[in-house]
Amino acid sequence: MTPLADHIDLTSAVPNHAPWPRVVVNAEGWLAVAARLGDGGWTLLGLWADGGRVHMALADDNAPPAVAVVSLDAEDGAYPSVGRLHPPALRLERALRDLSGLQPVGLPDPRPWLDHGAWGIGSPLAAIAGEPAPAGYDFLPVEGEDLHEIPVGPVHAGIIEPGHFRFTVDGETVVRLEERLGYTHKGLESLLAGSTLEHAARLAGRASGDATVAYALAFARAAEAACGVTPPPRAVWLRALMAELERMANHLGDIGAICNDAAFAIIHAHFGVLREHVLRAAAVCFGHRLMMDRVVPGGVAVDLNADGEAALRGLLREIRRRLPQLAELYDTTASLQDRTVRTGFVDPALARRFGCGGHVGRASGRDFDARRDLPYPPYDRLRFTTALRTDGDVNARVWVRLHEADQSFALIDQILTGLPAGAIHAPVAPVANGEGMAMVESFRGDVLAWLRLDAAGHVARCHLRDPSCFQWPLLETAIEGNIVADFPLCNKSFNCSYSGQDL
Amino acid sequence: MRKILLEGLLRRPVTDASPQPDDAELAALAARIDVAARRRLGRSLAIREVDAGSCNGCELEINALQNAVYDLEHYGLRFVASPRHADVLLVTGPVTKNMRTALERTYTAIPAPKFVIAVGDCAVSGGLFANSYACVGPVSAVLPVALTIPGCPPTPHALLKGLLTLLLG
Repeated sequence: MTPLADHIDLTSAVPNHAPWPRVVVNAEGWLAVAARLGDGGWTLLGLWADGGRVHMALADDNAPPAVAVVSLDAEDGAYPSVGRLHPPALRLERALRDLSGLQPVGLPDPRPWLDHGAWGIGSPLAAIAGEPAPAGYDFLPVEGEDLHEIPVGPVHAGIIEPGHFRFTVDGETVVRLEERLGYTHKGLESLLAGSTLEHAARLAGRASGDATVAYALAFARAAEAACGVTPPPRAVWLRALMAELERMANHLGDIGAICNDAAFAIIHAHFGVLREHVLRAAAVCFGHRLMMDRVVPGGVAVDLNADGEAALRGLLREIRRRLPQLAELYDTTASLQDRTVRTGFVDPALARRFGCGGHVGRASGRDFDARRDLPYPPYDRLRFTTALRTDGDVNARVWVRLHEADQSFALIDQILTGLPAGAIHAPVAPVANGEGMAMVESFRGDVLAWLRLDAAGHVARCHLRDPSCFQWPLLETAIEGNIVADFPLCNKSFNCSYSGQDL
Repeated sequence: MRKILLEGLLRRPVTDASPQPDDAELAALAARIDVAARRRLGRSLAIREVDAGSCNGCELEINALQNAVYDLEHYGLRFVASPRHADVLLVTGPVTKNMRTALERTYTAIPAPKFVIAVGDCAVSGGLFANSYACVGPVSAVLPVALTIPGCPPTPHALLKGLLTLLLG
């Protein structure tokens, strides 16, 4: 590992970017950063374009982790490809090219990613629209005796989001999976541009509905960083309360669904009821089951009253009684373990290389949690632990999720005890041309939000990066060598977001 | 496991009481569905769900219909894997242009008589994504819609009410 400051002149950072430095580099500096990412020296956090400029966010994982953004002005609409030296950047660059029209020179995979040739325009984020991509898509060729392909999607058998999976199989065994995504691309970043902060916060909260609190929080924190606003303490604690309710609800629902994919219905039924308890408590507390639009720039929109607190106390009693019982049932059911243990293995080396966050990363040895490693209030004042395993299979991801649900339970208890009194919102006066960034731990992993305001204080450009961007490619590796019937198990144990990836 | 099963036998069911179908919705719908078609459907509906570009919030609440608290199947409503087995197409999302063809093909694969329900603000009106270059807008711009269930996302209770309107109306 190499400290960022040894290679990037952090003293030349632009003045209006907060809280981490942003440094403008030339093509040579850009390539040096890309090479260091490729060597495993740093972790890539995001890669996006803003007009004719490309930005790359990266982290140095040394304790304490340091974050920086490097920027390069694309000359004649082109810049040196990062994916050529660091494969985790490949899909980010394909998406960047589809949206902005900037060309990553030397990109090894030139196929379009989000642009399916259906928009009627090309490069929708560019000042001058380009040509749309051709319809049709070439999957990577697979050759060999007795191999055949199974195309699945975009419409799946269950009630899930759309995406296409192309399996190449040898008998029962998956030889290769190739994903094709982009079906849920809604043009979110184009709608964000020109919006007021209030409207943009609502849009950001719909990047991925299951992580709406995390997205709204990431956006709000980026906006507050750009405007130099500190929300009042009570708002900060209520945000954490919402974030932990969201985390717990998702983990409980997903663990049940994983067991259901192994045809073990009783755990699914019980976890389904527990999840419903969490959502109903959230509705009592904040007036919305998923807590959409409750986190806003400057604070929160709804205060917690006595009814809400009583609902949460009741929820905690129920979870304390049921969760250990269900965890024990999972642990002692051999037929279920037979399906989850050693299924869908993710190599810790790949998890590290891809900067894979959330339960997928922590089940494969990547010890990173934005709440702890890039701490934001109130987590610096709360006690919690993160699970770390290296076995990297479906079972490991289930246990990491169980641990996190349990820790969210403990955090909610601490928040209810320590919740400060006072205001829940501070006015946010937009700062002209301000730039802000935030990293927030969703149930799925770290969400990145970056924004630049224009002279009128509206959003000029906002980029959101879902944790799934670095998890989807690893799902392709996890299924390799497993049987086709285990794909739902692997997929659910990841539970990547289609909408968050496609935006 | 024995203890959990035994507890389940001895406790009262967690399932909620049935909601009453909304009269206004009922009247509006009755005018649009012909009696013969409803008679053919009987008192059971097979539902095929298609996410036409939602943020997945609607899917979370549609999935919740299947938990023990709402217990969708005791109303004679069930989700099916294939459009060939479906009576109803439940659509969420602002119909992204990238999903339009897949949505139309799914609709075509459903045997008549068939009903389309647009679920969630995006599917009803395009929602926050109405003016995007990447979205067609409301489902009604692509398919004939028989019933709309607004909300962002609609609660399981609102979804259940809408579905029962179609079944009992």
